[in-house]
Amino acid sequence: MADSRGYKTIILDGNEAVASVAYRLNEIIAIYPITPSSPIGEWADQWSHEGRKNIWGIVPRVVELQSEAGAAGALHGAIQAGALGTTFTASQGLLLMIPNMYKIAGELTPTVIHVTSRTIATHALSIFGDHSDVMAVRSTGFVLLASNTVQEAQDMALIAQAATLESRIPFLHFFDGFRTSHEIAKIVPLSDEDLRSMIDDGCVREHRDRALTPDRPVLRGTAQNPDVFFQAREAATPFYFACPTIVRQAMERFAERTGRSYDLFEYTGAPDAERVVVLMGSAASAVEEAIEILRGKGEKVGLLKVRLYRPFAVEAFLAALPGTTRAIAVLDRTKEPGAIGEPLYIDVVSAVGEALDGGAVTQKQFVARPRIVGGRYGLSSKEFTPAMAKAVFDELNRENPRNHFTVGIKDDVSFTSLECDTDFSAENSQSTRAIFYGLGSDGTVGANKNSIKIIGEETPFYVQGYFVYDSKKSGSVTVSHLRFGPQPIRSSYLISKANFVACHQFNFLERMNVLEAAEPGATFLLNSSFGADAVWQHIPRQMQEQIIAKRLRFFVVDGYAVARDTGMGSRMNTIMQTCFFAISGVLPREEAIAAIKSSIKKSYGKLGEAVVQKNFAAVEAALANLQEVHVPDQASSRFNILPSVSPGAPTFVRDVLGAMISGNGDSLPVSALLAGGTFPTGTSRWEKRNIALEIPVWDEALCIQCGKCVLVCPHSVIRAKAYDSSLLGGAPSTFKSAKPRWRAFESMKYTLQVSPEDCTGCQLCVEACPVKSKSEAKHKAINMAPQPPLRGNETENWEFFLGLPELDRGLLSHTQVKDVQLLEPLFEFSGACAGCGETPYIKLLTQLFGDRAVIANATGCSSIYGGNLPTTPYTKNLAGRGPAWSNSLFEDNAEFGLGMRLALDKREDYARALVSRFSNEIGEELSHEILFADQSSEAGIAAQRERVSALKRFLGDTSSAEGRDLLAICDSLVKKSLWIVGGDGWAYDIGFGGLDHVLSSGANVNILVLDTEVYSNTGGQMSKSTPRGAVAKYAAAGKATAKKDLALEAISYGDVYVARVAMGGNDTHTLRAFQEAESFDGPSLIIAYSHCIAHGYDMANGLKQQKAAVLSGYWPLLRHDPRLKEQGKNPFQLDSRAPSVPLKDYVYAEARYSMLVRSDPETASALLREAEEDVARRWEIYESRAAMPGRERGIKERPIEPQPATSKELLPAGVKQ
Amino acid sequence: MNLTTSYLGFTLKNPVVASSSPLWDSVSNIRALEDSGVAAVVLPSLFEEQLLLEEEKLHRDLTRGTESFGEALSYLPMLRDYNRGPAGYLELIGKAKSAVSIPVIASLNGASRGGWIQYAREVERAGCDAIELNLYSLVTDPLRTSMEVENDYCDVVRVLKSSVRVPVAVKLSHFLTAPANLAGQLDVAGANALVLFNRFYQPDFDIEQLEVVPRLALSQSQELLLRLHWVAIIHGRVQCDLAITGGVHTAEDVIKSMMSGAKVAMMTSALLEKGVRHATCVLADLQRWMEEHEYESIEEMQGSMSYRSAPDAEAFERVNYVRTLSSFAVPRR
Repeated sequence: MADSRGYKTIILDGNEAVASVAYRLNEIIAIYPITPSSPIGEWADQWSHEGRKNIWGIVPRVVELQSEAGAAGALHGAIQAGALGTTFTASQGLLLMIPNMYKIAGELTPTVIHVTSRTIATHALSIFGDHSDVMAVRSTGFVLLASNTVQEAQDMALIAQAATLESRIPFLHFFDGFRTSHEIAKIVPLSDEDLRSMIDDGCVREHRDRALTPDRPVLRGTAQNPDVFFQAREAATPFYFACPTIVRQAMERFAERTGRSYDLFEYTGAPDAERVVVLMGSAASAVEEAIEILRGKGEKVGLLKVRLYRPFAVEAFLAALPGTTRAIAVLDRTKEPGAIGEPLYIDVVSAVGEALDGGAVTQKQFVARPRIVGGRYGLSSKEFTPAMAKAVFDELNRENPRNHFTVGIKDDVSFTSLECDTDFSAENSQSTRAIFYGLGSDGTVGANKNSIKIIGEETPFYVQGYFVYDSKKSGSVTVSHLRFGPQPIRSSYLISKANFVACHQFNFLERMNVLEAAEPGATFLLNSSFGADAVWQHIPRQMQEQIIAKRLRFFVVDGYAVARDTGMGSRMNTIMQTCFFAISGVLPREEAIAAIKSSIKKSYGKLGEAVVQKNFAAVEAALANLQEVHVPDQASSRFNILPSVSPGAPTFVRDVLGAMISGNGDSLPVSALLAGGTFPTGTSRWEKRNIALEIPVWDEALCIQCGKCVLVCPHSVIRAKAYDSSLLGGAPSTFKSAKPRWRAFESMKYTLQVSPEDCTGCQLCVEACPVKSKSEAKHKAINMAPQPPLRGNETENWEFFLGLPELDRGLLSHTQVKDVQLLEPLFEFSGACAGCGETPYIKLLTQLFGDRAVIANATGCSSIYGGNLPTTPYTKNLAGRGPAWSNSLFEDNAEFGLGMRLALDKREDYARALVSRFSNEIGEELSHEILFADQSSEAGIAAQRERVSALKRFLGDTSSAEGRDLLAICDSLVKKSLWIVGGDGWAYDIGFGGLDHVLSSGANVNILVLDTEVYSNTGGQMSKSTPRGAVAKYAAAGKATAKKDLALEAISYGDVYVARVAMGGNDTHTLRAFQEAESFDGPSLIIAYSHCIAHGYDMANGLKQQKAAVLSGYWPLLRHDPRLKEQGKNPFQLDSRAPSVPLKDYVYAEARYSMLVRSDPETASALLREAEEDVARRWEIYESRAAMPGRERGIKERPIEPQPATSKELLPAGVKQ
Repeated sequence: MNLTTSYLGFTLKNPVVASSSPLWDSVSNIRALEDSGVAAVVLPSLFEEQLLLEEEKLHRDLTRGTESFGEALSYLPMLRDYNRGPAGYLELIGKAKSAVSIPVIASLNGASRGGWIQYAREVERAGCDAIELNLYSLVTDPLRTSMEVENDYCDVVRVLKSSVRVPVAVKLSHFLTAPANLAGQLDVAGANALVLFNRFYQPDFDIEQLEVVPRLALSQSQELLLRLHWVAIIHGRVQCDLAITGGVHTAEDVIKSMMSGAKVAMMTSALLEKGVRHATCVLADLQRWMEEHEYESIEEMQGSMSYRSAPDAEAFERVNYVRTLSSFAVPRR
């Protein structure tokens, strides 16, 4: 498709646009995943795998490193050795590159690093966009070049490459994370010829000539002394002076070729502007829209876009600024606490000041000395709209405009924020603005991306797509914002006035006002199982009122029924897309349908004709089912949209988290949030998401109470309790109970209860259930059933269940799965994927040790489902105790945890010292008991807690300083359990150095590696844990090397407890390993097989796959317990039997392996053979190691046999064992 | 001595043909068959249903969890091609054809008319000498009648015959009420040969785990009897060739097959059990027997014991049944 000027156009997002240029202009591409830049590396890896060539006819080598620091190091080496190299990163990743960036710049070595600018974690992690990362590297010597749109990101990627080669100064090209990196737009692409024309091969040759080579040996990277370092550093200055001119010339050459002109600083607005905003990044577009409207009203306003930020070309900046400027607002998308102002502001103040005070190279004439103020906006992708831009211009109109203001939030603490006129809108009336609410699993986003392509390709319209995703991984809500129109789309913000709204999930109406953004006369499409005649009475009153008041056209389609009938399962993408085209009028109906079909063919053709035909059928069926609703004159519903959390929730949860849950977090003032990032635990219980279509139902007559379903439930929604039968007095009528199958509790009652509103419907529990009915084999002791009819009663039952007391932990065996089900989990209802393979281990950890656990959590899936707002899963027991949790970084988690351990120990040491000092006052007996308490058992810990309580009572009215100190820290006398938790990306790659060090430290820490064998959180990139033969992102050709044996590496220390576990392979073994690890007074490492959505199969089969992994010998269960050495035994225990299942039976059940069979059967076959050899070789090593005698020859530990599901004597008659 | 036979219009050097089996999925195995003297090979079946299921599964696996979470919009790389559908199969046909000189027969196991035609054309283009159509769809719908099923079978054969130029053999199941009648219908519909009868995975029960598990046992020589019986009955009543598959293990089995009226006898289980080299022994035994019994050619014996030619045709009917039963002696304790 060509645009209005006849240029060929393509539709893509910012990341792909940049990747396309960077890939074609480089030879070595060093990558490491980090949001939002990971897709750039994914594109590069995929293209390299496909054999695509760069403009010199070479296929670039794409190599993944163990961290961004590694990527920067590899890049540094590659460019020093004369290659053209690049890397992509963001946020903390960029910070890890800083040391190398100084070196690369100091050595004047050309390269371009492309950065999707993202917030740096401070009080909290954020994956979203701002300039805090870029601003943190401004002193490295890299050029900082900003682009503001998808088109610019592509163009600037080329300009940066041309300029770096000529100037020798390395470039950092940045564009806003998500807003630009993930926005889909229609752009004019750059051809290979365009690229070739911009790159001076002479400069490339010069770069190669400077390479380190033994043929022309030089030495670089010397150590210099006070005598010359300073001078040598200054020697680079002329290069920086020359740089702006080189960039400008590159921009001019680019403009000549493409017609798209850029400058170092670009001014837009009134030529005689009096008020000017200065900023860089995507927000420029919103300011431009505001300026257009304000100028229409006669206001003299303008915008100066900063494109080349470093080196800051003062002369060019001043030249671009109108001399009429009286007031300047410099907007920074970052915060520099404690500074006079943010960096761009300081630069502008200096530039103008130098000009006016004679310090600049050229004098700038202003009609009056401009007033300069600075402000912050848009941190962590906070919306920045034309209304906010107007607020800034309005502020500049005041006699004394506020300085160091904020815009876009309500700051009721420091009172920095500007008021905005929320009615001010710059939406283009000629454009279609459509909002779609969907679930991640229903294909809404995919359909919308497809629609954008169709419209972009079939019409001359400009298009824009931006997608807002949930912070939860299961049942996640997606909101798609699509704009189409004849004018270029500059709106770099969400749609607030939509002329089309679609809601693809009927149950959203319960809790979300999806029509809030609908403008009068808009069209509303609802996926509804109720037809046009019946739907009205099923929608909340507020929505009815809006439909009437806004005179909306209202359509329904039963998307799920159509999907089911056409074999599409739960994916309604094609169906809802068809309906959108049918009623939105963006394209003539017939044309649209033909385009959808053509697009289906293009998208799914490579997957097969069956998928194509099903989608075609869905298109036809969708049209046949689409109905317009006759909207009554009056609202008639008696129910309203439900509050986001129960009114009975704690105030903070209700008022603050509740606002976030309902999508109104933007309206929260600064005062609502605690400085420092501390949050209460136990909040996920208040967010009832109701995402399961089906939930498990307990058959109490059949159940043998083995506890396997409770153990495996990833979201802690299945729980068991044994309780006094008298408590059933007030039970709801549908509350179920059974006689406990424990001899000790026979007089009590047992209940297995499901939380209907928290369940994700993953079915792992049903798969784990070992009991089948004698009369109907498919019926188990727990079975899935539709949620809606059960919801009311089961919610009541759940509430009653929660009120039942927990059993005394001392009465239970903590090494039996059956007993552990009765231990209260202190990790519940996380946002992890349905069927997650990681969370059952974490839940188990909290059941066993949660009331005294401190957790250091590496960044990754477990830190996201563990700590992403609005609500978080770690919780506390009735006594108020529970895990204390924190996330430091991705790379340092082991060290972070070690630091915590040291602090816990030191605090305990001090407490013990104080107890000794106070022994006369508190009594010899109590102090002796406290100091010499045996806390190796649950009973011992409970007894110590009693003693500490007694101590507190004694110290209650103490007046001495030391007494008060002891009172403050005496809880540390109760043994604490320190856990260091993270995934394989952390443990095997980025954090391995620290992990290795902590393992060698001898400290009493427990390390849990949730091994999914890929970087799950960033979308499945290869780690060193990825097995041979598996396809992963960054290993599109299948990983050619074997998985690292982290267990053996740790065992090599000799005094580290190591276990490799798989809950689905042997749950008793897992349980034993956790207990042994915790009890071992030294470093313990548990490597836990965690099935993952990135493995490419239905997670309901996760346990089966775990079992297959063990039986095939791929995942041998083992424990290495150094304590056994003291008993003269072999510490290495191989706990699974010799491989009994062919490896291929295990691996080919997963798409990560099987897709290679389809894409490259020969490689797949070769890798499988090698993987089989890996398994066989490793088994031999393990077997021989396990067979080694201990010092006391002949004594060996017996391996743990899988625990039978039941003990026979407890089986009900007729139930199979 | 003349061991040749004609089947599907080809003159085969002997009547031993390797029946469709997953074993013949590599060129080296197919070459080994030829080296052992096998006269033709039927390639593994291309299961239309399996292809469809795989396509759909791949689609599900690649899209599961995608476009839901901002940090991970997908979990597996999207490759340019997945070598989907029959591509691998077509490649096998091409490679087999250039590796051996015996006829290579493609086998299609389909469920829908659309699928048959598409895949039949593709395997023909890939160079196969003939197509064996495995006409088996498990009819679990109690509302579907045998007549409807048979009409569908004939319809598929008619359409297929009009779509490809290579000969088409039709492999039948023995779960039929009136096999002789259907054989006649298929003959009229254009089948160039009928292959009797297919063997299937049958669901078995794991009574410990209470699970249904598929199980396929290797064939036994006694299974040949059913085939002999029906080939003998059908022989001479249809124009098309007849082939026996299932229970052919020895030269004796081959001889019986020929005498019943089959043009070829197909083997898999015996080759699986005893190795591909077993075919050489069978052929040697066949030759020895023919010499001993002074048979000049295979053709001479083909159909000699069929319903039409057997000395006592009634033996194929009730009398035979009674004799068989009465020949059993109750073992004494």
